[in-house]
Amino acid sequence: MRALETILVGKGLVDPAAVDLIIDTYENKVGPRNGAQVVARAWTEADFAQALRDDATTAIESMGFAGRQAEHMEVLWNTPDTHNMVVCTLCSCYPWAVLGLPPVWYKSAPYRSRAVSEPRKVLSEFGVTLPESTKVKVWDSTAEVRYLVIPVRPEGTEGWSAEALADLVTRDSMIGTGLAKEPVT
Amino acid sequence: MNGPQDMGGRAGFGAVESEADEPVFHAEWEKTALGLTLCAGALGHWNLDSSRHARECLPPAKYLTSSYYDIWLTALENLLVDHGEVTREELAQGEVLQPGLRPERMMAAEKMMGVLKTGGPVDRSAKGEPAFSVGDRVKLSGDQVTTHTRRPTYAMGKVGTVTGIRGYHVYPDSSAHGQGEQPCWLYGVTFDGQTLWGAGAEPDTEVTIDAFERYLSHA
Repeated sequence: MRALETILVGKGLVDPAAVDLIIDTYENKVGPRNGAQVVARAWTEADFAQALRDDATTAIESMGFAGRQAEHMEVLWNTPDTHNMVVCTLCSCYPWAVLGLPPVWYKSAPYRSRAVSEPRKVLSEFGVTLPESTKVKVWDSTAEVRYLVIPVRPEGTEGWSAEALADLVTRDSMIGTGLAKEPVT
Repeated sequence: MNGPQDMGGRAGFGAVESEADEPVFHAEWEKTALGLTLCAGALGHWNLDSSRHARECLPPAKYLTSSYYDIWLTALENLLVDHGEVTREELAQGEVLQPGLRPERMMAAEKMMGVLKTGGPVDRSAKGEPAFSVGDRVKLSGDQVTTHTRRPTYAMGKVGTVTGIRGYHVYPDSSAHGQGEQPCWLYGVTFDGQTLWGAGAEPDTEVTIDAFERYLSHA
Protein backbone atom coordinates (compact mmCIF):
# COMPACT_ATOMS: atom_id res chain seq x y z
CA MET A 1 0.00 0.00 0.00
CA ARG A 2 2.73 2.39 1.03
CA ALA A 3 4.67 1.16 -2.00
CA LEU A 4 1.94 2.20 -4.40
CA GLU A 5 1.58 5.59 -2.76
CA THR A 6 5.34 6.13 -2.85
CA ILE A 7 5.48 5.26 -6.54
CA LEU A 8 2.53 7.40 -7.61
CA VAL A 9 3.67 10.41 -5.63
CA GLY A 10 7.28 9.88 -6.77
CA LYS A 11 6.17 9.92 -10.40
CA GLY A 12 4.23 13.11 -9.88
CA LEU A 13 0.95 11.35 -10.69
CA VAL A 14 -0.71 11.90 -7.30
CA ASP A 15 -0.62 14.99 -5.10
CA PRO A 16 -0.33 13.75 -1.49
CA ALA A 17 -2.25 16.84 -0.37
CA ALA A 18 -5.16 15.71 -2.57
CA VAL A 19 -5.12 12.29 -0.89
CA ASP A 20 -5.23 13.97 2.52
CA LEU A 21 -8.06 16.22 1.38
CA ILE A 22 -10.14 13.24 0.24
CA ILE A 23 -9.56 11.41 3.52
CA ASP A 24 -10.40 14.47 5.60
CA THR A 25 -13.53 15.14 3.54
CA TYR A 26 -15.02 11.69 4.07
CA GLU A 27 -13.70 11.09 7.56
CA ASN A 28 -14.70 14.44 9.05
CA LYS A 29 -16.95 16.51 6.81
CA VAL A 30 -19.32 14.43 4.71
CA GLY A 31 -21.45 11.89 6.55
CA PRO A 32 -24.97 10.87 7.53
CA ARG A 33 -25.53 14.13 9.41
CA ASN A 34 -26.01 15.66 5.96
CA GLY A 35 -28.78 13.26 5.08
CA ALA A 36 -30.37 13.67 8.51
CA GLN A 37 -30.72 17.40 7.85
CA VAL A 38 -32.41 16.67 4.52
CA VAL A 39 -34.85 14.28 6.21
CA ALA A 40 -35.65 16.64 9.08
CA ARG A 41 -36.38 19.44 6.64
CA ALA A 42 -38.56 17.13 4.54
CA TRP A 43 -40.55 16.34 7.69
CA THR A 44 -41.02 19.97 8.69
CA GLU A 45 -41.31 21.95 5.44
CA ALA A 46 -44.01 20.98 2.97
CA ASP A 47 -42.43 23.11 0.22
CA PHE A 48 -39.08 21.39 0.64
CA ALA A 49 -40.76 17.97 0.64
CA GLN A 50 -42.41 18.90 -2.65
CA ALA A 51 -39.08 20.14 -4.04
CA LEU A 52 -37.55 16.75 -3.18
CA ARG A 53 -40.36 15.03 -5.05
CA ASP A 54 -39.93 17.29 -8.08
CA ASP A 55 -36.12 17.23 -8.33
CA ALA A 56 -34.29 15.66 -5.42
CA THR A 57 -30.82 16.41 -6.81
CA THR A 58 -31.49 20.14 -6.98
CA ALA A 59 -33.31 20.28 -3.65
CA ILE A 60 -30.47 18.47 -1.86
CA GLU A 61 -27.87 20.60 -3.62
CA SER A 62 -29.66 23.70 -2.32
CA MET A 63 -28.63 22.57 1.17
CA GLY A 64 -25.00 22.41 0.08
CA PHE A 65 -24.86 18.63 -0.28
CA ALA A 66 -23.74 17.70 -3.76
CA GLY A 67 -21.05 16.04 -5.75
CA ARG A 68 -19.44 12.66 -6.04
CA GLN A 69 -21.86 9.74 -5.78
CA ALA A 70 -24.91 12.01 -5.46
CA GLU A 71 -25.07 13.46 -8.95
CA HIS A 72 -28.52 12.01 -9.60
CA MET A 73 -30.64 11.70 -6.46
CA GLU A 74 -34.09 10.22 -5.82
CA VAL A 75 -35.84 10.14 -2.47
CA LEU A 76 -38.06 7.28 -1.30
CA TRP A 77 -40.79 7.98 1.26
CA ASN A 78 -41.48 5.36 3.85
CA THR A 79 -45.04 5.17 5.16
CA PRO A 80 -46.87 2.74 7.44
CA ASP A 81 -47.94 0.89 4.26
CA THR A 82 -44.66 0.92 2.33
CA HIS A 83 -41.10 0.36 3.47
CA ASN A 84 -38.24 1.16 1.10
CA MET A 85 -34.70 -0.17 1.41
CA VAL A 86 -31.68 0.35 -0.82
CA VAL A 87 -28.91 -2.00 -1.95
CA CYS A 88 -26.29 -2.20 -4.67
CA THR A 89 -26.06 -5.88 -5.58
CA LEU A 90 -23.40 -5.30 -8.26
CA CYS A 91 -20.90 -3.16 -6.34
CA SER A 92 -21.24 -0.60 -3.56
CA CYS A 93 -23.16 2.37 -5.01
CA TYR A 94 -24.20 4.68 -2.17
CA PRO A 95 -25.11 8.39 -1.93
CA TRP A 96 -21.82 9.69 -0.56
CA ALA A 97 -22.78 13.37 -0.44
CA VAL A 98 -25.65 12.75 1.97
CA LEU A 99 -24.55 9.58 3.82
CA GLY A 100 -20.76 9.59 3.56
CA LEU A 101 -18.92 6.37 2.76
CA PRO A 102 -20.88 3.13 3.09
CA PRO A 103 -20.51 0.88 6.16
CA VAL A 104 -18.81 -2.48 5.69
CA TRP A 105 -22.06 -4.46 5.93
CA TYR A 106 -23.55 -2.50 3.00
CA LYS A 107 -20.66 -3.68 0.80
CA SER A 108 -20.72 -7.24 2.18
CA ALA A 109 -21.85 -10.36 0.33
CA PRO A 110 -24.61 -11.21 2.86
CA TYR A 111 -26.35 -7.86 2.38
CA ARG A 112 -25.80 -7.60 -1.36
CA SER A 113 -27.05 -11.13 -1.99
CA ARG A 114 -30.03 -11.23 0.35
CA ALA A 115 -31.46 -7.69 0.39
CA VAL A 116 -33.23 -8.40 -2.89
CA SER A 117 -34.35 -11.99 -2.25
CA GLU A 118 -35.26 -11.94 1.45
CA PRO A 119 -35.55 -8.32 2.52
CA ARG A 120 -37.86 -9.06 5.45
CA LYS A 121 -35.36 -11.52 6.93
CA VAL A 122 -32.53 -9.03 6.41
CA LEU A 123 -34.59 -6.34 8.12
CA SER A 124 -35.18 -8.65 11.07
CA GLU A 125 -31.41 -9.03 11.43
CA PHE A 126 -31.32 -5.27 11.87
CA GLY A 127 -34.02 -5.57 14.52
CA VAL A 128 -36.76 -4.26 12.25
CA THR A 129 -39.91 -6.37 12.07
CA LEU A 130 -42.58 -4.95 9.82
CA PRO A 131 -46.22 -5.96 9.83
CA GLU A 132 -47.16 -8.28 6.97
CA SER A 133 -49.44 -5.54 5.70
CA THR A 134 -46.42 -3.32 5.00
CA LYS A 135 -45.15 -3.73 1.46
CA VAL A 136 -41.37 -3.92 1.14
CA LYS A 137 -39.84 -2.17 -1.86
CA VAL A 138 -36.15 -2.84 -2.53
CA TRP A 139 -34.16 -0.51 -4.78
CA ASP A 140 -31.09 -2.01 -6.46
CA SER A 141 -28.77 0.84 -7.47
CA THR A 142 -27.75 -0.57 -10.84
CA ALA A 143 -27.03 2.78 -12.54
CA GLU A 144 -25.87 6.22 -11.36
CA VAL A 145 -29.10 7.15 -9.58
CA ARG A 146 -28.59 7.27 -5.82
CA TYR A 147 -31.45 6.74 -3.38
CA LEU A 148 -32.14 8.36 -0.02
CA VAL A 149 -34.90 6.91 2.15
CA ILE A 150 -37.05 9.35 4.12
CA PRO A 151 -38.08 7.34 7.19
CA VAL A 152 -41.44 7.69 8.88
CA ARG A 153 -41.44 10.61 11.29
CA PRO A 154 -41.71 9.25 14.83
CA GLU A 155 -44.91 9.90 16.72
CA GLY A 156 -44.73 12.34 19.57
CA THR A 157 -42.49 14.80 17.73
CA GLU A 158 -45.12 17.35 16.78
CA GLY A 159 -43.71 20.85 17.02
CA TRP A 160 -40.09 19.72 17.19
CA SER A 161 -37.47 21.79 15.41
CA ALA A 162 -35.70 20.39 12.38
CA GLU A 163 -32.48 20.43 14.37
CA ALA A 164 -33.95 18.28 17.15
CA LEU A 165 -35.58 15.94 14.64
CA ALA A 166 -32.30 15.40 12.80
CA ASP A 167 -30.93 13.71 15.92
CA LEU A 168 -33.56 10.99 15.51
CA VAL A 169 -32.51 10.20 11.94
CA THR A 170 -29.99 7.37 11.82
CA ARG A 171 -27.84 6.34 8.88
CA ASP A 172 -29.60 2.99 8.67
CA SER A 173 -33.02 4.66 8.60
CA MET A 174 -31.91 6.48 5.43
CA ILE A 175 -30.74 3.23 3.79
CA GLY A 176 -33.97 1.58 4.86
CA THR A 177 -32.47 -1.03 7.18
CA GLY A 178 -33.59 0.89 10.24
CA LEU A 179 -36.31 3.20 11.51
CA ALA A 180 -35.93 6.68 12.90
CA LYS A 181 -35.28 6.70 16.66
CA GLU A 182 -38.23 7.15 18.98
CA PRO A 183 -38.11 10.30 21.09
CA VAL A 184 -37.02 9.76 24.67
CA THR A 185 -39.91 10.73 26.91
CA MET B 1 -20.68 -10.30 -16.85
CA ASN B 2 -22.00 -12.63 -14.19
CA GLY B 3 -18.77 -12.56 -12.20
CA PRO B 4 -18.37 -12.60 -8.44
CA GLN B 5 -19.84 -9.09 -8.17
CA ASP B 6 -23.22 -10.29 -9.43
CA MET B 7 -24.46 -11.30 -5.99
CA GLY B 8 -28.17 -10.56 -5.96
CA GLY B 9 -30.18 -13.57 -4.82
CA ARG B 10 -27.24 -15.91 -4.25
CA ALA B 11 -27.52 -18.24 -1.27
CA GLY B 12 -25.01 -19.20 1.38
CA PHE B 13 -23.46 -15.91 2.47
CA GLY B 14 -25.06 -15.98 5.90
CA ALA B 15 -26.44 -13.27 8.14
CA VAL B 16 -25.74 -9.56 7.75
CA GLU B 17 -23.41 -8.46 10.49
CA SER B 18 -23.43 -4.77 11.28
CA GLU B 19 -20.92 -3.13 13.58
CA ALA B 20 -22.12 -0.74 16.27
CA ASP B 21 -20.53 2.72 16.10
CA GLU B 22 -18.56 1.69 13.05
CA PRO B 23 -15.64 4.00 12.23
CA VAL B 24 -15.42 5.47 8.72
CA PHE B 25 -12.15 3.61 8.16
CA HIS B 26 -10.82 0.49 9.91
CA ALA B 27 -7.15 0.98 9.06
CA GLU B 28 -4.81 3.63 7.70
CA TRP B 29 -4.30 1.74 4.44
CA GLU B 30 -8.03 1.95 3.71
CA LYS B 31 -7.79 5.73 3.74
CA THR B 32 -4.92 5.63 1.30
CA ALA B 33 -6.75 3.14 -0.93
CA LEU B 34 -9.68 5.54 -1.20
CA GLY B 35 -7.48 8.58 -1.80
CA LEU B 36 -5.26 6.92 -4.40
CA THR B 37 -8.24 5.44 -6.25
CA LEU B 38 -9.84 8.86 -6.65
CA CYS B 39 -6.58 10.62 -7.49
CA ALA B 40 -5.45 8.00 -10.01
CA GLY B 41 -8.86 8.11 -11.67
CA ALA B 42 -8.25 11.78 -12.38
CA LEU B 43 -5.35 10.84 -14.68
CA GLY B 44 -8.02 9.98 -17.23
CA HIS B 45 -6.77 6.57 -18.34
CA TRP B 46 -10.06 4.99 -17.34
CA ASN B 47 -13.55 5.98 -16.26
CA LEU B 48 -16.03 4.94 -13.57
CA ASP B 49 -17.36 2.08 -15.66
CA SER B 50 -13.98 0.65 -16.60
CA SER B 51 -12.86 0.84 -12.97
CA ARG B 52 -15.97 -1.12 -11.91
CA HIS B 53 -15.15 -3.66 -14.63
CA ALA B 54 -11.60 -3.99 -13.33
CA ARG B 55 -13.04 -4.88 -9.89
CA GLU B 56 -15.52 -7.46 -11.18
CA CYS B 57 -12.74 -9.06 -13.26
CA LEU B 58 -10.81 -10.06 -10.14
CA PRO B 59 -10.71 -13.86 -9.74
CA PRO B 60 -13.89 -14.91 -7.89
CA ALA B 61 -11.96 -16.55 -5.05
CA LYS B 62 -10.04 -13.31 -4.53
CA TYR B 63 -13.11 -11.06 -4.83
CA LEU B 64 -15.18 -13.06 -2.37
CA THR B 65 -12.48 -13.18 0.29
CA SER B 66 -11.37 -9.54 0.07
CA SER B 67 -12.62 -6.47 1.87
CA TYR B 68 -14.03 -3.81 -0.40
CA TYR B 69 -11.03 -1.52 -0.10
CA ASP B 70 -8.80 -4.50 -0.91
CA ILE B 71 -10.88 -5.08 -4.04
CA TRP B 72 -10.45 -1.40 -4.94
CA LEU B 73 -6.72 -1.48 -4.33
CA THR B 74 -6.05 -4.65 -6.32
CA ALA B 75 -8.13 -3.36 -9.22
CA LEU B 76 -6.30 -0.02 -9.04
CA GLU B 77 -2.93 -1.75 -9.30
CA ASN B 78 -4.16 -3.77 -12.27
CA LEU B 79 -5.46 -0.65 -14.03
CA LEU B 80 -2.22 1.24 -13.44
CA VAL B 81 -0.18 -1.67 -14.80
CA ASP B 82 -2.50 -2.20 -17.79
CA HIS B 83 -2.20 1.48 -18.71
CA GLY B 84 1.56 1.53 -18.31
CA GLU B 85 1.72 3.99 -15.42
CA VAL B 86 3.26 1.49 -13.01
CA THR B 87 5.06 -1.81 -13.53
CA ARG B 88 4.91 -5.02 -11.50
CA GLU B 89 8.60 -4.60 -10.77
CA GLU B 90 7.96 -1.18 -9.26
CA LEU B 91 5.15 -2.57 -7.10
CA ALA B 92 7.38 -5.41 -5.92
CA GLN B 93 10.31 -3.14 -5.14
CA GLY B 94 8.32 -0.19 -3.88
CA GLU B 95 10.32 2.36 -5.84
CA VAL B 96 10.12 4.35 -9.05
CA LEU B 97 11.99 2.68 -11.93
CA GLN B 98 10.58 4.61 -14.87
CA PRO B 99 8.78 7.94 -15.30
CA GLY B 100 4.99 8.23 -15.21
CA LEU B 101 3.06 8.82 -18.43
CA ARG B 102 0.70 11.62 -17.43
CA PRO B 103 2.20 13.79 -14.70
CA GLU B 104 0.61 16.80 -16.41
CA ARG B 105 -2.78 15.33 -15.45
CA MET B 106 -1.98 15.09 -11.74
CA MET B 107 -4.90 16.58 -9.86
CA ALA B 108 -3.76 19.11 -7.29
CA ALA B 109 -5.55 19.30 -3.95
CA GLU B 110 -7.20 22.65 -4.78
CA LYS B 111 -8.78 21.20 -7.88
CA MET B 112 -9.76 17.95 -6.14
CA MET B 113 -11.93 19.97 -3.73
CA GLY B 114 -14.02 21.19 -6.66
CA VAL B 115 -14.19 17.75 -8.23
CA LEU B 116 -15.55 16.17 -5.05
CA LYS B 117 -18.18 18.93 -4.93
CA THR B 118 -19.33 18.58 -8.53
CA GLY B 119 -18.81 14.85 -9.01
CA GLY B 120 -19.21 13.40 -12.47
CA PRO B 121 -22.79 13.69 -13.70
CA VAL B 122 -23.65 11.10 -16.36
CA ASP B 123 -26.84 12.67 -17.76
CA ARG B 124 -26.57 13.90 -21.33
CA SER B 125 -28.75 15.94 -23.71
CA ALA B 126 -31.54 13.64 -24.80
CA LYS B 127 -31.92 12.68 -28.41
CA GLY B 128 -35.40 11.43 -29.26
CA GLU B 129 -38.19 10.25 -27.01
CA PRO B 130 -38.15 7.32 -24.59
CA ALA B 131 -39.31 4.10 -26.24
CA PHE B 132 -41.13 3.00 -23.10
CA SER B 133 -43.70 4.71 -20.86
CA VAL B 134 -44.50 4.31 -17.20
CA GLY B 135 -46.80 1.30 -16.91
CA ASP B 136 -45.33 -0.61 -19.87
CA ARG B 137 -44.50 -4.26 -19.32
CA VAL B 138 -40.89 -4.91 -20.32
CA LYS B 139 -38.46 -7.83 -20.36
CA LEU B 140 -34.87 -7.42 -19.22
CA SER B 141 -32.51 -8.98 -21.75
CA GLY B 142 -31.28 -12.41 -20.69
CA ASP B 143 -28.19 -12.32 -22.90
CA GLN B 144 -25.18 -13.40 -20.87
CA VAL B 145 -22.06 -11.40 -21.72
CA THR B 146 -18.44 -11.51 -20.58
CA THR B 147 -18.14 -7.71 -20.78
CA HIS B 148 -19.38 -5.06 -18.35
CA THR B 149 -23.12 -4.73 -17.88
CA ARG B 150 -25.41 -3.40 -15.17
CA ARG B 151 -28.00 -6.12 -15.68
CA PRO B 152 -28.10 -8.28 -12.55
CA THR B 153 -28.51 -11.98 -13.35
CA TYR B 154 -31.44 -12.38 -10.95
CA ALA B 155 -33.62 -10.16 -13.17
CA MET B 156 -32.34 -11.30 -16.57
CA GLY B 157 -35.11 -12.53 -18.83
CA LYS B 158 -37.72 -11.48 -16.29
CA VAL B 159 -40.72 -9.27 -17.01
CA GLY B 160 -41.33 -6.14 -14.97
CA THR B 161 -43.14 -2.83 -15.17
CA VAL B 162 -41.64 0.54 -16.04
CA THR B 163 -42.19 2.67 -12.94
CA GLY B 164 -39.94 5.64 -13.68
CA ILE B 165 -38.02 7.43 -16.41
CA ARG B 166 -34.73 8.52 -14.85
CA GLY B 167 -33.13 10.48 -17.67
CA TYR B 168 -30.73 10.07 -20.57
CA HIS B 169 -27.54 8.58 -19.18
CA VAL B 170 -24.13 7.30 -20.30
CA TYR B 171 -24.33 3.61 -21.23
CA PRO B 172 -21.93 1.66 -18.98
CA ASP B 173 -21.77 -1.36 -21.28
CA SER B 174 -19.98 0.68 -23.97
CA SER B 175 -18.30 3.24 -21.72
CA ALA B 176 -16.46 0.53 -19.76
CA HIS B 177 -14.79 -0.74 -22.92
CA GLY B 178 -13.58 2.42 -24.63
CA GLN B 179 -16.56 2.41 -26.99
CA GLY B 180 -17.84 5.84 -26.08
CA GLU B 181 -20.68 7.06 -23.92
CA GLN B 182 -23.55 6.04 -26.27
CA PRO B 183 -26.08 7.61 -23.88
CA CYS B 184 -29.65 6.34 -23.84
CA TRP B 185 -32.82 6.46 -21.74
CA LEU B 186 -32.69 5.00 -18.27
CA TYR B 187 -35.77 3.57 -16.55
CA GLY B 188 -36.84 2.31 -13.19
CA VAL B 189 -38.20 -1.21 -13.77
CA THR B 190 -40.04 -2.97 -10.97
CA PHE B 191 -40.32 -6.75 -10.60
CA ASP B 192 -42.52 -8.43 -8.02
CA GLY B 193 -40.91 -10.90 -5.65
CA GLN B 194 -42.75 -13.91 -7.09
CA THR B 195 -41.48 -13.12 -10.59
CA LEU B 196 -37.89 -13.03 -9.37
CA TRP B 197 -37.84 -15.75 -6.73
CA GLY B 198 -40.84 -17.94 -7.43
CA ALA B 199 -42.88 -19.74 -4.83
CA GLY B 200 -40.38 -19.09 -2.06
CA ALA B 201 -40.54 -15.32 -2.39
CA GLU B 202 -41.31 -13.33 0.73
CA PRO B 203 -44.89 -12.01 0.56
CA ASP B 204 -45.58 -8.53 -0.76
CA THR B 205 -42.04 -7.62 -1.76
CA GLU B 206 -40.71 -6.10 -4.97
CA VAL B 207 -37.38 -5.01 -6.43
CA THR B 208 -36.77 -2.01 -8.66
CA ILE B 209 -33.63 -1.80 -10.77
CA ASP B 210 -32.42 1.01 -13.00
CA ALA B 211 -32.29 -0.35 -16.53
CA PHE B 212 -30.98 1.18 -19.74
CA GLU B 213 -33.24 1.22 -22.78
CA ARG B 214 -30.97 -1.18 -24.69
CA TYR B 215 -31.57 -3.78 -21.95
CA LEU B 216 -35.34 -3.78 -22.48
CA SER B 217 -37.97 -5.04 -24.91
CA HIS B 218 -41.77 -4.85 -24.81
CA ALA B 219 -43.28 -7.86 -23.10
